[in-house]
Amino acid sequence: MAITTTALPRISVRHGVRVWRRNWAVFRRFAIAEVGPIAVEPLLVLGALGVGLGTYVTFSDDRGSYLAFIAPGIIGAYSMFAAFFECTYGSYTRMDIQRLYNAMIATPLGIDDVFLGEVLWGATRALFSATIILIVISLLGFVDSPLALVIPVFAFLVGLLFASVGLLFTAFAVSYWTFNYAISLFIFPMYFFSGVFFPLDRYPELIGRIAWILPLTPYVAAIRELIVGQLTLTTLWAALYLIALTAVIYSVALIKMRHRLIR
Amino acid sequence: MDAPVVARDLVKTYRDLIAVRGVSFSVKPGECFGFLGPNGAGKTSVLRMIGCVSPVTSGDLWVNGMSVKTDERQIKALLGVVPQEESLDPDLSVLNNLAIYAGYFGMSGAEGQRRARESLDEFQLLDRATSQVDELSGGMKRRLLIARGLINRPPIVLLDEPTTGLDPQARHAVWRNLRMLKRAGVTLLLSTHYMEEAAVLCDRIVVMHEGHIVDEGAPRDLISRHAGETVVEVHSDDPSVLDAAAIALTAPNSSVETTEDALYAFGLSAEEIALIELDHTQAVVRPANLEDVFLRLTGRGLQD
Repeated sequence: MAITTTALPRISVRHGVRVWRRNWAVFRRFAIAEVGPIAVEPLLVLGALGVGLGTYVTFSDDRGSYLAFIAPGIIGAYSMFAAFFECTYGSYTRMDIQRLYNAMIATPLGIDDVFLGEVLWGATRALFSATIILIVISLLGFVDSPLALVIPVFAFLVGLLFASVGLLFTAFAVSYWTFNYAISLFIFPMYFFSGVFFPLDRYPELIGRIAWILPLTPYVAAIRELIVGQLTLTTLWAALYLIALTAVIYSVALIKMRHRLIR
Repeated sequence: MDAPVVARDLVKTYRDLIAVRGVSFSVKPGECFGFLGPNGAGKTSVLRMIGCVSPVTSGDLWVNGMSVKTDERQIKALLGVVPQEESLDPDLSVLNNLAIYAGYFGMSGAEGQRRARESLDEFQLLDRATSQVDELSGGMKRRLLIARGLINRPPIVLLDEPTTGLDPQARHAVWRNLRMLKRAGVTLLLSTHYMEEAAVLCDRIVVMHEGHIVDEGAPRDLISRHAGETVVEVHSDDPSVLDAAAIALTAPNSSVETTEDALYAFGLSAEEIALIELDHTQAVVRPANLEDVFLRLTGRGLQD
């Protein structure tokens, strides 16, 4: 296998896991500092918007309470944040500030393996977030179906996508400030317009369809169905779309990363 | 047995810069092979191509008979790499820096921990196992970097300026470690711009300049070829002193180089020098060394 910038991704989980293990070792060291915020921020949002604002919100149809409506969206949004932030600020620090990628690729690992390990780790962070929030909202009584047990796995798989998106920005980043663009142009629009806080059917049909291109929308829609236990074709289409998008973004980000690191 | 490293017409081009312009060399098993040259000569580029982190632009490069173009993973498993830049992991303890790095080579967690302890012991760093990297001195960091590069017990080790920035004590400690490795039969390839380092450690040297290899040989051979046995140096701000010395030191087998405030005469034997009348307040007679070779081959505007 040659060192090249344009070949298709070389995916070797056996090698990628070696990079994952490094991040897991660091995470375990700082676990107490890391786990708290994972649970606290989503709870604040549930408290402020779900309970506070939710008191003034009633749906005209039988969707139930506002808190019950946003709970699945919070799982989606915060697991997205977890993967995205890990693979932007976290990965950029490891790549550019700590120069760890340079050390890693001097071993039998190549850039493709480092990339895969980082994506797997970002997805793991999404899994942690989804699991912790899921536990909290099920304790609050908002989970109706055992199908919800699939959510952490689903969060890991969609985490692969948001981690790849993060690394795409990292591959282009000239400094931490680059990520401000990513957040204002990509992450926040998704947070607010992907059906997390209000149903998309309030919008004209065209805008509703456009919103479905944003990956958080199908993700949240599928989580909602899993929590309620009413699977429709929506979840299937969401899964297929997210898989295809993951393959594309993963490949583009990896090629850009090779261009950045291979000299 | 294949030679550890063979390069043929090796070229490395970056976007707007030709760093290596067709070099060929062959490293023998167990030797310490030095790349000597000023900054920008192409030393690091050669080492990075051998280490399979930088693609070869043209030419061929084999490590243990495998081509860097096709067998990158297998080659990297055989190599120990000690980079010039400090790339230790600041989020991990000293011990885990080695244990996790061992994991990159596929060692299990327990195996990595065991190998890391063993290695820290060899490098007198075991008592710092739980320290953070930031708490180590520059010399300790460099030793840790070398220990990390050896974690897979590589038969071939690449060192890019292994002692740059170290104080004399730390430098000598690193040299001791490298001589130990050599005794153990490890093939060492190192780049340096320290003449003393090249002279003390290397069996063979290639002198690089502007991407070319300008000469190659054992340090002693290079010295006698380019600078003879003895060098006479005359220092003065007065051009007439230098002119007079130039006339006195010119002989059929000598070559004289002058700069603005100094004169160097190469190739004279001790007997010849004894016959020349020199003002010893301004003239120094000393054995030729690698620095003479370096300056003569890589230049500094010196003229005959």
